[in-house]
Amino acid sequence: MTLDLYFDYVIFPLLTVSVILVFYRLFKGPEVVDRVIALDLIITIGIGFITAYSIRSEQALFLDVAMILALIAFLGTIAFAFYLDKKK
Amino acid sequence: MTNTLICIFSTIGALSILFASIGIVRMPDFYLRLSVTVKAATLGVGLLLACAAFFFPDVSVTTRAMAIVFFLILTAPVAAHMIGRTAYHSGTPTWEGTLLDELDEDYKKQRAGMLEDANKEAAAAAEVRRSKEDDSE
Repeated sequence: MTLDLYFDYVIFPLLTVSVILVFYRLFKGPEVVDRVIALDLIITIGIGFITAYSIRSEQALFLDVAMILALIAFLGTIAFAFYLDKKK
Repeated sequence: MTNTLICIFSTIGALSILFASIGIVRMPDFYLRLSVTVKAATLGVGLLLACAAFFFPDVSVTTRAMAIVFFLILTAPVAAHMIGRTAYHSGTPTWEGTLLDELDEDYKKQRAGMLEDANKEAAAAAEVRRSKEDDSE
């Protein structure tokens, strides 16, 4: 079994199921803060997905996108926390 | 050899991400969800990035992967702390099985102190306004 097949049949399905489960919490989440951490977790899983895809397609350039996404996830969570703090 | 290592690391990483997402669905309380997801997801993404560092025989890729892992480890706890603090201040309810809330007493004192300070500030501002009005007259 090659590494490509292993990534296609094991790693990507695991990550996809994780994203679907987190989306359930994003839609259901009783509070706004639940939705914020669900969004943060989706972006973090997206970083993992991009990394796995860059290994699968042997393109190291995709890691730059993962780096930018990590920056934006942090900024987004901080901005949401600040806004919710000011709102009350 | 490298392929075996990549298989093991990526499997552990993907499984810990899956456990994080099961945790965010199943946990009964916002604070438990927060504590489950941040750590497990950071571990999983870190292991996947370690796979990328093993896979590409290139110093620049290894540096990039290490930079992303460093940044994640640096920022994830800060973001989690900020959002948890916001949730506590905005009165997100805890789980019915919660036994101890040590912050409650401290914040009660702090809120009372802030109220006193606000009253003092308002009194000082009123004083300043009154003296200005006297001057203009």
